[in-house]
Amino acid sequence: MADVKKTTPATTAGVDPKTMKKAKKTKLKKDYVALTVLFSVISIVYVFPVFAVLMNSFKTSTYVKTQTFALPFNTDEFPNMWAGFDNFANGMSIGNYEFWKCVVYSLVITLLSTFLIIFCTTMAAWYIARVNSIFCKIIYFLCVFSMVVPFQMVQFTLSQTANKLHLDTPWTIPIIYLGFGAGLAIFMFVGFVKSIPIEIEEAAAIDGCGPVKTYFIVVLPMLRPTIISVSILEIMWIWNDYLLPSLVLDNEKYRTIPIHVQYLKGSYGTIDLGAVMALLLLSIIPVVIFYLSCQKYIIKGVAAGAVKG
Amino acid sequence: MAASNSKKAPAKSDPNSFGAKVRLLFAGNNGYTLRKPMRQWWWLFMAPVTIAFCIGFVWPFIQGIYLSFCEFRALDDVKPIGVGNYIKVFNDKGFLHSFGLTALFAVTSLVIINILAFAVALALTSSMKGSNIFRTVFFMPNLIGGVVLGYIWTMIFDGILVNTPVNSIVNDPNWGFWGLIILVCWQQIGYMMIIYIAGLNAIPGDLYEAARIDGATGWQILWNVIIPNVMPSITICMFLSLTNGFKLFDQNLALTNGLPKEIADGAVVSQSELLALNIVHTFKNTPGVAQAKGVLFFILVAALGLAQLGITRKREVQQ
Repeated sequence: MADVKKTTPATTAGVDPKTMKKAKKTKLKKDYVALTVLFSVISIVYVFPVFAVLMNSFKTSTYVKTQTFALPFNTDEFPNMWAGFDNFANGMSIGNYEFWKCVVYSLVITLLSTFLIIFCTTMAAWYIARVNSIFCKIIYFLCVFSMVVPFQMVQFTLSQTANKLHLDTPWTIPIIYLGFGAGLAIFMFVGFVKSIPIEIEEAAAIDGCGPVKTYFIVVLPMLRPTIISVSILEIMWIWNDYLLPSLVLDNEKYRTIPIHVQYLKGSYGTIDLGAVMALLLLSIIPVVIFYLSCQKYIIKGVAAGAVKG
Repeated sequence: MAASNSKKAPAKSDPNSFGAKVRLLFAGNNGYTLRKPMRQWWWLFMAPVTIAFCIGFVWPFIQGIYLSFCEFRALDDVKPIGVGNYIKVFNDKGFLHSFGLTALFAVTSLVIINILAFAVALALTSSMKGSNIFRTVFFMPNLIGGVVLGYIWTMIFDGILVNTPVNSIVNDPNWGFWGLIILVCWQQIGYMMIIYIAGLNAIPGDLYEAARIDGATGWQILWNVIIPNVMPSITICMFLSLTNGFKLFDQNLALTNGLPKEIADGAVVSQSELLALNIVHTFKNTPGVAQAKGVLFFILVAALGLAQLGITRKREVQQ
């Protein structure tokens, strides 16, 4: 009996599964190779739109529309296709507006707003989570509520209010963003503060740390991972936002990149398309660089934000 | 003095006394060490967000609800007219068309995005070579803004259509609709893929092993092990793509701007215009009606959001 018990597992483990495993492994490997090839092809198709912008940014205007998918080189059939870097030079001032101004305004608005949102909402979230009075509960409820309100519901009244209070410059629009974007940030920060033990902050308080000092020395460093996630979400939102700044800002004076692109779109067909393609390429490059350098945080931030909805 | 003090002291320690209950209501139940000094700094911690929040959300929201019952061109001459705006909304052919189109769009994009994103996530979590590069590529379109994406895809669709009778994407409502579907799928598959990958990675490896020992085939593992375990991710992604579909604006504006227009029963109807774009266009001529549409739009989106909350909560209880 004991012998049988000993030998049966030994034989099955020694002969059968090994060959099976081997067969399975080679089969799996083949599948993976096929899968890798398939995904490589899909990836190429996937980046094609961006590649098309790159190609067309070196073409003269007429060929962007008629020969969109041709490589930008002169051939016998199309002798004037290659435009060199002229498009980039022309694109800088196309649409009667300097492109570098758009970049500066976009940067100012995005960075200032994100900084303001992070700074103010972490403080408020800490206060809400720890003091938790009726007033805090009301604010918290309103913040969660504001997350489900679409912008079209408040667009008219919000832009009127902003104009009345003269919040219509790139340096003051961050206040609007703080107001309209506080919901998600407060929601995520309050959730995180509630998960860290209050004893750490109490220990600091007993050691003679005032609330302001506790916030900067104890709370803020602990919030770091969530701060990164929220910053990424806010940056992605504000940098690409079109409707809010287009309604609040004076568009003749201040244009962000999306506003400028939409203005150019309005004159599609009558404008130097090659130059527009060069401009689109220039507006995509910083985003791609930002993405490739902070990819890890971006993907983490997106996953964290999505769970909250 | 002493009497009142001694009266107060037990009230503080007794959690069932009336005073303690009132304090709990207004001040919460955290320790005194931290909370009391914090309250003195309320103006620093709470005031900036509260003020900005009132300017940026609370006041516009309340005023918006009020204005939906008024007729106005600018805020200095507002005439309350009751539910007239809402009646106009329901007689607006353009609005009804865009509502139907948006529902169709949201559901179509939901199905396509989720199936493809799930398939991609499944493939990328297997031990395939180069899955990190593919992940990077698929997520990239998310970071490019809707307006820029719209311009890029206009160029591509027009490049395809230039030598056909259609000539441009703004001339054909079918191309407008499916073009928008392609654009949105291209943009959002990567986003949903990230959520699915997070869900798939959280499944313990023992489950697969147990299923394999029991002799389950690949399909059985997919249906009976993987899908039940990533159900929370599936719910989240479904709702995200549904609400994204309903709220879609930038891409719609930049790709077709609602064109082409068609005259049906004496009303001009933009054939590829979704709800959000319809509302923004209405604000130009009849802001009162547009505001009423905004309120209805809010109710629709909020209902979706609440349904999501309810369902995810329920699932949490079950698990």
